[in-house]
Amino acid sequence: MSIETISPLFGRLSLDWIPYQEPILVGTFAAVAVGGFAVLVLMTYYGLWGSFWRDWVTSVDHKKIGIMYMVLGFIMMVRGFADALMMRAQQALAAGGAEGYLPQHHFDQVFTAHGVIMIFFVAMAFVTGIMNFVMPTQIGARDVAFPFLNNFSFWMTVAGALLVNISLFVGEFARVGWLAFPPLSGASFSTGPGMDYYLWSLQIAGVGTTLSGINLIATIVKMRAPGMKMMDMPVFTWTALATNVLIVAAFPVLTATLALLTLDRYFGMHFFTNDFGGNPMMYINLIWIWGHPEVYILIIPIFGVISEVVATFSGKPLFGYKTMVWATACIMVLSFIVWLHHFFTMGSGANVNTFFGITTMIIAVPTGVKIFNWLFTMYKGRVRLELPMYWTIGFLVTFTIGGMTGVLLAVPPVDFQLHNTLFLVAHFHNVIIGGVVFGVYAAVTYWWPKAFGFKLNDTWGKRSFWFWFVGFYFAFMPLYALGLMGVTRRINQYPDPAWQPYFIIAAFGAVLILLGILSTFIGFYVSVRDRKALACGGDPWNARTLEWATQSPPAPYNFPHDIQVRGRDEFWRMKQDGFVWSTAYQPIHMPKGTATGVYIAGFALVFGFAMVWYIWWLATLSFVAMVAIGIGHTFNYNRDYYIPAQDVAATEAKGAVT
Amino acid sequence: MTPLDSTQLAPVMAVNDHDHGADHGSPTQIGFWIYLMSDCIIFGALFATYAVLGGRYAGGPGPLDLFEPEFVAVETALLLFSSVTFGLAMLQAVKGNLNRTLVWLAVTGVLGAGFIGMELYEFRHLIHIGAGPDRSAFLSAFFALVGTHGLHVTGGIIWLVTLMVQIKMHGLIDANMRRLVTLSMFWHFLDLIWIGVFSFVYLVRLV
Repeated sequence: MSIETISPLFGRLSLDWIPYQEPILVGTFAAVAVGGFAVLVLMTYYGLWGSFWRDWVTSVDHKKIGIMYMVLGFIMMVRGFADALMMRAQQALAAGGAEGYLPQHHFDQVFTAHGVIMIFFVAMAFVTGIMNFVMPTQIGARDVAFPFLNNFSFWMTVAGALLVNISLFVGEFARVGWLAFPPLSGASFSTGPGMDYYLWSLQIAGVGTTLSGINLIATIVKMRAPGMKMMDMPVFTWTALATNVLIVAAFPVLTATLALLTLDRYFGMHFFTNDFGGNPMMYINLIWIWGHPEVYILIIPIFGVISEVVATFSGKPLFGYKTMVWATACIMVLSFIVWLHHFFTMGSGANVNTFFGITTMIIAVPTGVKIFNWLFTMYKGRVRLELPMYWTIGFLVTFTIGGMTGVLLAVPPVDFQLHNTLFLVAHFHNVIIGGVVFGVYAAVTYWWPKAFGFKLNDTWGKRSFWFWFVGFYFAFMPLYALGLMGVTRRINQYPDPAWQPYFIIAAFGAVLILLGILSTFIGFYVSVRDRKALACGGDPWNARTLEWATQSPPAPYNFPHDIQVRGRDEFWRMKQDGFVWSTAYQPIHMPKGTATGVYIAGFALVFGFAMVWYIWWLATLSFVAMVAIGIGHTFNYNRDYYIPAQDVAATEAKGAVT
Repeated sequence: MTPLDSTQLAPVMAVNDHDHGADHGSPTQIGFWIYLMSDCIIFGALFATYAVLGGRYAGGPGPLDLFEPEFVAVETALLLFSSVTFGLAMLQAVKGNLNRTLVWLAVTGVLGAGFIGMELYEFRHLIHIGAGPDRSAFLSAFFALVGTHGLHVTGGIIWLVTLMVQIKMHGLIDANMRRLVTLSMFWHFLDLIWIGVFSFVYLVRLV
């Protein structure tokens, strides 16, 4: 593919950029088109469009937005995992001179897309979704501080995800790895639109992430139920606070860094070029100043999830609440002073590397505190081995191993050997799958009954767990070994046939994980089908925190009355007191839904697409439209309404907490 | 379970019910503060970039060849005075004086527009003499830092005009006062950033 002249109407977009000669992409497109068409037909047949628009798309309810983030996460996980399977298949085949089935050009796009999607649109969507759904109910609030902004943030994330997926069928994606280091990602070496898809999709999604971070901090600071002191907050809420502080502090750096790279690419500037005074290593510093906190943005909320699950299923208050809070705070601060361990090989000298090596190892201390707190919570507790506990124990074992290989990599001389090898790939999958993914599954199985009013099917849940758990070890333990043999990451073929058995075992592990993912979806289906039999009340797990004081699923206003909080684990105390809600209901003040967020995000998607393809007139128009709709929204002063007391009474009568 | 007859829960809930709804606008200020801090970090990244690249002229012109202190002093004065006039607008708004509030806001907007005009003139001049952002890493960093500030001020002016229309329509109601306070925070914040730009980009390189 070559760069065509830029037409005033279509920019550099032409039919040559539609990859109809690539059977894999055509097949995928056909599947997506057929699937999408089937969904459209079914929704029309069952007349779901109105309620979809009113109750979901334009909803500012934090619970619905949380659930939509989870749906986005699962959909994108399928996409990202398809990329993973392709890579595993390619590397299992392409040994000793064989070329495999994926050409270099395609393979490079696959590993870039896999990383970008899994971090930004799967892991981020999951943790944001869980925080959105759980945190406001844990602090006894009715919604987040800025409900419209929350809806807008979600749709900006969706717009970014859509732009990445459009690149699959129109043009190409970046071929630079998930962090797009220059000069490879600069104008000279990445000429096509792929790199621009990367930049604009992340910028658009990043707006959503930053605003969501601001929103959730303001929620925790300002919207807590009367009487709830900071040290009374559930640990998950604490971890949500730490996470969102990290988001607000780190994501602006990503925004700035990607903007500078964009300026390099679009205006021929020289921030990260090899010539005219540019400095590519500055990009690598800047991107990791965001990138290291980012991995803590993913794992810290999971620490909160595990804390809630362990306390609930051990039937005890969490061991060492205060140390848990302080450990979270320590990790939050330390995560900003370790970024250089991602490039010890830059050559900044022994002193600098020593500093960052030591700070990195120190993070293992507060993390260890957490691990022991969870173990001590279980110790002498009446542990119930329900699904969330399966995932939690899987997490404890796997995450600890991943953490220890991280400490290994923190030793600079060791890192010089292992830098850019599959050992590193194994390490971060060990903490992201063993940590974030297992934790997300713990959260999904734990809070699903709260979200929908019925539990998940146990059999399929356990199948899913065992396939994921065993599959993970098959897929990534061989990569540790390969890394120690010196196999670099991101290779699409290799000369030494002795490596092939390891790659085949890894591919087998990926197939096991595939079965795990399939079991998850079958489990969802079976549970929805049998929802009558699986139905449960507001508090199916005998839990300790306020979100379980609501109905399952919670009413739009969450709590019929404000709760006077008297200390930690308030819901547990309320249950001890034998509480029931007073029936003297008052009207409840709630925010109205709005379509503004989805409109602005829609134009942001068009804007991003136009910028990728140099369609300047469309970019200008869509940008003006975004600003105009945003300003138009500020002329609407009528954003709230009251739910009448008799409606509250009717809703409460339908399903009181038992 | 039996209904709770103690005074612990039910009466307290009823008392708090009303407060909660009326309190709805209060997160705005803290939310906006957090936003300003995040914006501050964007500028922090750009300042850091300028610190690294500011001396890399790539054989092209440097600050001594390009910057004129008198010009920048006038530009700075415009922005600083606009912060003062915004303060005067706030004083009038607190007194409930609608027309004077609008007048001072208009003055603020004009001063801001003057600042932007001068900045655009400077940019145009630099590009014209071959010192555009693609000339060297120093100039890239300069244009990015100063330009980002300029974009913020432009956004602030658009917000200002919008808010003036809204104040004209609805008066100095609670919602508008809240917007006025957040806009003034934004405006003073940009002033503060400019003091950083003025010292770090212009003054330091000229002496």
